[in-house]
Amino acid sequence: MAFTQNIPSVETPEAPSKVADMPPGNEEFADRITPAIEFRDVHLAFDDHKVLDGISFTVMKGETKIILGGSGSGKSTIIKLVLGLLKPDAGRILIDGEDITDYDEAEMMRVRKKIGMIFQEGALFDSLSVYENVAYRLHEQGVPEEEVEEEVRRMLRFVNLEDAIDKMPNELSGGMRRRVGIARALVGDPKIVLFDEPTAGLDPPTARTICELAIKLRDLEDVSSIFVTHEMNNVEYLTSEYAVIDERGNVVFEQEGERLCLLNTKIIMIRDGRIIFSGTDEELFKSDDPYIRWFIRGK
Amino acid sequence: MNIATRVLLEVQEMTLLVVWAARGLLKRPRYFSEWITQLDIIGVGSLTIILLTGFFTGGVLTLQTYPTLKYYGAQDQTGRLVAISLVRELGPVLTALMVTGRIGSAISAELGSMVVSQQIDAMRALGTDPIRKLVTPRLIALLIALPLLTVVADVIGIGGGMIVATTLYDLSANTFFSGVRDGLQYEDILGGVIKPIFFALIIGTVACRQGLKTEGGTVGVGRSTTTAVVLGSILVIIADFFLAKALQVILETPS
Repeated sequence: MAFTQNIPSVETPEAPSKVADMPPGNEEFADRITPAIEFRDVHLAFDDHKVLDGISFTVMKGETKIILGGSGSGKSTIIKLVLGLLKPDAGRILIDGEDITDYDEAEMMRVRKKIGMIFQEGALFDSLSVYENVAYRLHEQGVPEEEVEEEVRRMLRFVNLEDAIDKMPNELSGGMRRRVGIARALVGDPKIVLFDEPTAGLDPPTARTICELAIKLRDLEDVSSIFVTHEMNNVEYLTSEYAVIDERGNVVFEQEGERLCLLNTKIIMIRDGRIIFSGTDEELFKSDDPYIRWFIRGK
Repeated sequence: MNIATRVLLEVQEMTLLVVWAARGLLKRPRYFSEWITQLDIIGVGSLTIILLTGFFTGGVLTLQTYPTLKYYGAQDQTGRLVAISLVRELGPVLTALMVTGRIGSAISAELGSMVVSQQIDAMRALGTDPIRKLVTPRLIALLIALPLLTVVADVIGIGGGMIVATTLYDLSANTFFSGVRDGLQYEDILGGVIKPIFFALIIGTVACRQGLKTEGGTVGVGRSTTTAVVLGSILVIIADFFLAKALQVILETPS
């Protein structure tokens, strides 16, 4: 369990250095300073349309990187590149220090096992029940059914949906579908989780629930994540709240403040396939860039 | 991109799809339960329309040919004509066209919906090869089911022809079946089973390819489904001509 205040922060290409109080030479330290995800000057075009134009960023262990941007700016493309669902025209992509840029589909299957992906609409398999959807990865791996059921129930408890275990996807609301999608993505405890606009089209309370799940993963499970969104509410939740476990063992959410300042959530903003901002939420809100100010205010 | 390049590209993509699907047979997991499910959907599910198509095709063949044969005094050859027409040509082609309409459209629509709702991406993200999981079982099921459905259509068609001959034209069942026995050669039956294997490959490949390349939301699903049925049907009819000629040469059937 890694609380937000204990996550070591290191220098990244786009982020200023933070103090890392860990002894050098330590294996754990070496592991933590290897970025979970790294993009190096990635370019991608569909025919004549440039989708990504020299994207470079890193996501450190236990860090959440929020990717902001308008529709068609290339946000979701970044996630597809991480998963190897698309290949870049130029540049390198590294997962846990491993260069996956030229991997074929068979090699990517191995890499994908350590990544969880939450799709915009949940992308649940229509013909499978909630149980079968969440158990999908385990069934594929041939895990015994008793272990599968135990894991599925654990994941559904995490997203507060254990009661829906026997339902079919068409019986679920939009928010429930997203939460089942989260449970499915988290089976096998992946250390990298990708959120592709997980709150799009949801009412504010449900959207907040989704953000709380992302915060829990970040603060209690030490998961590295990319959170693609265009909603400023999500940015506010993710950059100002953290999850802790109280004396009774319950997860509670607290606001950052005097006692604790969140270091493990950063923002990059994409426009026309280029990064136009990289930094913290405070820096984002202080930006003088007219587009950023327009994006934040919505007018 | 001009039409010739597009056609060549499409042929290349379909060939690669078949190769990848075949490679799926060599690696684990092989999804045998999915094979059974697809065999049930494609084989058992198509049985009713195949029975109806076969029966009435045999019936109408007798209805249309008996008067002409009687004019030449060859009405006892009705069974021969019906059997050869069905086994060599109408059974395989009509069965393939019915399966293209029912199964080709269903496969394309199902895979297309999965693409637009990101289920295919989700499958890949969860470490599953969609071709091995979705395409291979459908192709295998088609390759097994279509020849069997064709045989059923042939048998029921001959039965339908016999019923029409005996009830409308007072031809005895014995005479009808004597014609069938005399007319049908081993090569005809073999050819009638070889053709559906190629048709199955065409129907399955076209439907899966159209489904997997769907883009443009629900409108795209409709477009893929229509293309799968139209292209599948046309290719079956074109392939039938070349297969008929090839089988004439290979099996040395009368040309």
